[in-house]
Amino acid sequence: MSTSNPEYSLAELMIVAAAEAFRDNGEVLATGIGLLPRLAASVAMQSFTPDLMMTDSQAWMLSEPNAVSGRQPGQAQAQESWMGFARIFDNVWGGKRHAMVGPTQIDRFGQANISALGGTHQQPKVQMLGVRGFPGNSICHANSFFVPEHSRRVFVQGECDVVCSIGYNPERLPRGYQLDDIDIRLVITDLCVMDWQGPQHQLRLRSLHPGISTEQVQENTGFEICIPDQVENTAAPTAAQLDIIRALDPANLRARQLRDNPVGDRRQVC
Amino acid sequence: MDKVLSARQAVAQIEDGMTIGIGGWGPRRKPMALIRELLRSDVKDLTLVSYGGADVGMLCAAGKVKKVVFAFVSLDFIPLEPWFRQARQQASIEVMEIDEGMMLLGLRAAAWKLPFIPTRLGLGTDVIRNNPDIALVDSPYDDKEWVAMPALNLDVALLHVDRADKRGVCQVKGPDLYMDDAFARAAQTTIVSCDELVDTEYFHAGEEARYVHWERSETTSVVPIAGGAHPSSCSPLYGFDVAHFKEYCALAKEQDFTAYLDKYVSGKTEQDYQQAVGGLDAIKALPLPVY
Repeated sequence: MSTSNPEYSLAELMIVAAAEAFRDNGEVLATGIGLLPRLAASVAMQSFTPDLMMTDSQAWMLSEPNAVSGRQPGQAQAQESWMGFARIFDNVWGGKRHAMVGPTQIDRFGQANISALGGTHQQPKVQMLGVRGFPGNSICHANSFFVPEHSRRVFVQGECDVVCSIGYNPERLPRGYQLDDIDIRLVITDLCVMDWQGPQHQLRLRSLHPGISTEQVQENTGFEICIPDQVENTAAPTAAQLDIIRALDPANLRARQLRDNPVGDRRQVC
Repeated sequence: MDKVLSARQAVAQIEDGMTIGIGGWGPRRKPMALIRELLRSDVKDLTLVSYGGADVGMLCAAGKVKKVVFAFVSLDFIPLEPWFRQARQQASIEVMEIDEGMMLLGLRAAAWKLPFIPTRLGLGTDVIRNNPDIALVDSPYDDKEWVAMPALNLDVALLHVDRADKRGVCQVKGPDLYMDDAFARAAQTTIVSCDELVDTEYFHAGEEARYVHWERSETTSVVPIAGGAHPSSCSPLYGFDVAHFKEYCALAKEQDFTAYLDKYVSGKTEQDYQQAVGGLDAIKALPLPVY
């Protein structure tokens, strides 16, 4: 029997928790890679951070975000400037961007991997995407991580198999740089919200999703995280936020992003 | 001046061991008819520089490739390019894996005849550890270290555009040029396939000239092939062929590219190819993707 709060799903909780990463960001390009991070940036832009900039994921800057579902080919959009990929690089290198990305591996330094798993550089066991824009993004602008399944496979014990993005690793810090020059913001998972503001930029628990324990988080993380004495629950989506999400995703694609589309409040699920 | 060649004539300029830059991005505006012509040739040991999609996957699968310079190889809606993946996991190719932006800087360095461009991109990552040929350098102006992204000098660039005239004035009307202008400038020889061959007067009207992104001196050869980007897209003329890409990817399970080559490439003309995929009208009717 389930007496859990049926009002919102875990995906919706994660969207609004991730939207918080963009609070007070001002005029920066908010790039959410993947459906839920894109919805998170869109919610932030449509509510508490209206100065954010977003693109259509193709070649135009938008004055208001596109819906993630239900759009037709050629449908009009609120485009305000051209923003092809070459101009994205200009923006990235200038630093006025905050990307939310979904790495396959994250290590205790905040280094992340989307390139390959296992084997060697010459012969990876599993070839994935390649480093893509991770190296440049991580040295140029703010980044947050979105993790649909919090596990030790993602939060690895050692270093990432391929270090695609720079993190808070003193051994890899380039000459002339401080750890504080690296800007990794929030980590939103299906269990909790974390940041890198523990001692020496240790990964630190910020809030637990309702029904999740600190023990669950630590058990599913391959390295020790900083757990403050008091940890609050992640704030539930407001009715207004849920309205924004529904309008942005009329076909409810968000319900298909997490396995079994769990409820957001898992305190009383039997 | 008349730069018009057939695909076979144009591709005959490519020799064993050359470095080939390929325009477009993932599944978008790739010069696939030129790639097919390259697959039919006996050229080998190529080094590819590409924002990679099936262009890289096919050439790897056909054993044409010695080395790939890449940041990703992806079909976007199918994130992992299966033939490239096999080539990597079997260690059948060498690689230079770099950041997307580093690739643009390398092309610009080549275009501007610089040995390198200093950048922050790649610092503190395995891009530097895995590429001992990419040097870190001091700056004469500060105390930081910098990545010296080397010029990516191309022997040949292969591009596909919407329209061109016979003198090599090329037009891209799609929303994104990607890095095609940088590829054109980085290459000794730039071969451009086009959906439509137009008279020079075409560019005189209205705003048409604003969609020309490099001057004709950067274009060596013009190859008119309507639908020549298929199965990749050439927005706004046509989208990418999802069904064809799915078939191409499904064949990777057999680990034998011969089946694809036999069905679509070997011993066939581009006309044969287009008939096999439903005809030019079907290509031009492929819907544009919605993001």
